[in-house]
Amino acid sequence: MLTRILSKVALALMVGLLAGCQGGVLDPKGQVGIEEKQLIIVATLLMLLVVIPVIFMTLYFAWKYREGRDEIYEPKWSHSTKIETIVWVIPIIIIIVLGVITWKSTQDLDPYKPLEHDKDHINVEVVSMNWKWLFIYPDLGIASVNELRFPANVPVAFHISSEGTMNSFFIPQLGSQIYSMAGMVTKLHLIANEPGTFKGFSANYSGPGFSGMKFNAIATETEADFDAWVEGVKAESIAGSINNGILDQVSYDKLAEYDADPHHKHKATPVQYYGSIQSGIFHNNVMKFMKDYGTVDILEGTSFDTPMMRSMKQGEMDHSKMNHGEMNHESSEHSSDDMHMEADK
Amino acid sequence: MSILGKLSLDAIPFHEPILIATFSVIAIAGLVLAFLLIKYNLLGILWRDWLTSIDHKRLGVMYIVLALIMLLRGFADAIMMRLQLALATNGDPGYLPPHHYDQVFTAHGVIMIIFMAMPFMIGLMNIVVPLQIGARDVAFPFLNNLSFWLTAGGAILINVSLFVGEFAKTGWVAYPPLAGLQFSPDVGVDYYIWALQISGIGTTLTAVNFLATVFKMRAPGMKLMDMPIFTWTCTWANILIAASFPILTAVLAMLTLDRYLDFHFFTNDGGGNSMMYINLFWAWGHPEVYILVLPAFGIFSEVVSTFTGKRLFGYKSMVWATASISVLGFIVWLHHFFTMGSSANVNAFFGVMTMIIAVPTGVKLFNWLFTMYRGRLRITVPVLWTLGFMVTFTIGGMTGVLLAVPGADYVLHNSLFLIAHFHNTIIGGAVFGYLAGFAFWFPKVMGFHLNVKLGKAAFWCWLVGFFMAFMPLYVLGFLGMTRRLNHTDNPDFNIWLYIALVGAFIIMAGIVCQLLQLYVSFRDRAQNLDTTGDPWNGHTLEWSTASPPQYYNFAEIPTVSDIDAFTDMKEKGEAYVRKDSYAPIHMPKNTASGMAISGCITVMGFALIWHIWWLAALGLLGSFVALVMRVYTKDIDYYVQPDEVARIENAHLDNVAKG
Repeated sequence: MLTRILSKVALALMVGLLAGCQGGVLDPKGQVGIEEKQLIIVATLLMLLVVIPVIFMTLYFAWKYREGRDEIYEPKWSHSTKIETIVWVIPIIIIIVLGVITWKSTQDLDPYKPLEHDKDHINVEVVSMNWKWLFIYPDLGIASVNELRFPANVPVAFHISSEGTMNSFFIPQLGSQIYSMAGMVTKLHLIANEPGTFKGFSANYSGPGFSGMKFNAIATETEADFDAWVEGVKAESIAGSINNGILDQVSYDKLAEYDADPHHKHKATPVQYYGSIQSGIFHNNVMKFMKDYGTVDILEGTSFDTPMMRSMKQGEMDHSKMNHGEMNHESSEHSSDDMHMEADK
Repeated sequence: MSILGKLSLDAIPFHEPILIATFSVIAIAGLVLAFLLIKYNLLGILWRDWLTSIDHKRLGVMYIVLALIMLLRGFADAIMMRLQLALATNGDPGYLPPHHYDQVFTAHGVIMIIFMAMPFMIGLMNIVVPLQIGARDVAFPFLNNLSFWLTAGGAILINVSLFVGEFAKTGWVAYPPLAGLQFSPDVGVDYYIWALQISGIGTTLTAVNFLATVFKMRAPGMKLMDMPIFTWTCTWANILIAASFPILTAVLAMLTLDRYLDFHFFTNDGGGNSMMYINLFWAWGHPEVYILVLPAFGIFSEVVSTFTGKRLFGYKSMVWATASISVLGFIVWLHHFFTMGSSANVNAFFGVMTMIIAVPTGVKLFNWLFTMYRGRLRITVPVLWTLGFMVTFTIGGMTGVLLAVPGADYVLHNSLFLIAHFHNTIIGGAVFGYLAGFAFWFPKVMGFHLNVKLGKAAFWCWLVGFFMAFMPLYVLGFLGMTRRLNHTDNPDFNIWLYIALVGAFIIMAGIVCQLLQLYVSFRDRAQNLDTTGDPWNGHTLEWSTASPPQYYNFAEIPTVSDIDAFTDMKEKGEAYVRKDSYAPIHMPKNTASGMAISGCITVMGFALIWHIWWLAALGLLGSFVALVMRVYTKDIDYYVQPDEVARIENAHLDNVAKG
């Protein structure tokens, strides 16, 4: 009975996975996602080496040694060094193998690590707001809301922060997600291996409008297509969209406003574009939570002794001068850092 | 500010038909119950034998009653969520707006973990541990009563939030800044804080109490490595509670300061940092899941060895495996947020540490297998739960190890895959264990057997329902569906959401079977009495007492010389020996002080939630006065006289002789 039900469930599960996996994490369209899918499959197969025998032995032993059958009965048998050694050693071996895979794959798939690619990364600064996504292209001088566009086969470097509550920036078909947190910048590197429109959303509950916090991540076929889109946004000539002019502190604050009444129906925010941006708008808003509090202490020789901290000390919190390069970790200090978080103690 | 703080008639949700209907049903049920209690003149019995009791067995029963009531509440939340998600597809808003739905999933999590699983576990521990170690009660019987009433006080607060104000809309983890004053200005998070804080103190006191009991009150001859395995797993769980619940208390206190006194521990501005909350929360939260599941492992060990009629295979391995799970459980908390931006080395370390836990857990599974090997397994209801657990939990453990691989977690984190995984381990591990323990020890506690047919029906409904409700969630996780969504618009999700709803209804059928089982078994109890006290041919000392056990547990504290102490006595012919004379037994007296202290603290919690400062002060003062009165009471104990002991013991031995 039990086996029959289980095998049916397993069958339904497999059929479901094979047939219905379009658009999910098992249907990756980017290098990061592809590697993560392979990792999931390898780890699962490795564990099935123990899981299947355990399930089989459970049912077999329960059937074989049930009452009423004339099997050997040894009520006082409770120890066997041989068996106990085996049952400790087998899981240990599997976990050692899995542990090595885990260690290596965690280094390889570190979301903070730039992707190895001929082309340079496109920089995108991401801000989660209640309840929408703002994407700023600092090098291109444009911004968009609830639509992320980039060319296929070009790596994208995301710097991610939040205006209020914590969210998680996630495009399942491209791979990893990372939290967005106010006053802090997290990083993520993704690439699309083929053009397409991929669903993106927040994967961390953030309040009543959370379910509508979705965007399309559009990988254009060519870089020329992408450039044409950028020009269109700059010229505010994309038909059917909301063109909001310049993203400066005033329009940023207006965008960040939200309906706090939990009883209201929170509609998803429509796609909109900004043809130009005030320089440093992202970092100004990351730093605004801290700027009025305290001074910067350089703890020499510790992981807090970074070029970023030194520049902050010199500028005594003149955040408008901060730029991207200073916020980035140098690769040499990477390994000594406990946390990547560029909080600004 | 008004004399009632923030409280006004607006706090009563007259405009929410679901809540008004629920309130009406509960009010009517309460009136019917009160009427029956008065009609059959049971109020006095309820007060004397139960509410004021400090007998560990009766407190255990009250914990389990609380857990079952909370199971119904938490399950009602669950079915509302599944129904909402099955209706709210293709962009349809469904029937629960976010304002209501977000409270439902928060309440479901808090209730199921803090007010269902914890009381169920603590209830079984209360009943069984003192009996297993040959003690007459716990080390501090009054404290035990107070712990129960503090837990009940927290449960009352969370249920009051249904009808007065609202509950938190933050998810059961209540991460700031969402749970901070800026984004949650309403009373919901305050209900959350005080319900958890008050019950959490009760839980901490329970752990201290049971650690003292186990370390100081074991029967002569019982060394630590002779303790029954269930007692061992409870002891590790208690060590975890004593070490981890203070972290929860502290982190909630800091959140309280943020919300009440404008502190900046976890706010976005003012130098606060929400990551601290998240780290501290899981430094409690991860040990908490082992607190839930370790005693369940102990139950399975007892059930397997009892019903195979064999000694437990690898007792020492089991104890050390439990120990290593407990220790490792403290250094894995970061796996709850691999996606928060820690470096690859940090993530990899916590990932590998998490996987290592799979080793002792695997050892346990193998040891249960080899306990069955060359045994005579009686397929009873507790055994069915155990077999169901071994199959289900193995799958849940596998998906857990998968989530412990950071590279896999980056795409599965916060998805329905995660939801499927932890229900797979908490239902398939902890809850199946408690239900096995419930069926196993029920005749011991109540003196009559549970109906077997309905018990088996309940098991099959739970098992099939579980797989139908949660396997689709694994698929949905792979499809990219994240948790806590109010509605969806992906047609690929729909079929799986429908299957999950059907599964939830099958689980409901299982719960109905269990309630029916209780009713039928109680109705037919005269035919199903357990007269011997040892219905399963048990191994451990609890089976040497009558069913229900004598209120003093043991007329004479037994001397123990084997892990399976009672089996050893039966084999040596030392069980059921009639004594010529008995010594008087020193026993504690019942008291209402626990109720009084906890009642005042609960009032204080309610007043703090609504900013009724004078009432909060009054509540605090009241609890202090009640405590001082208890401390200065001299009339707290009595002696059971030898002739009464002889009468009770001889009646039991006569029953045993009759068979």
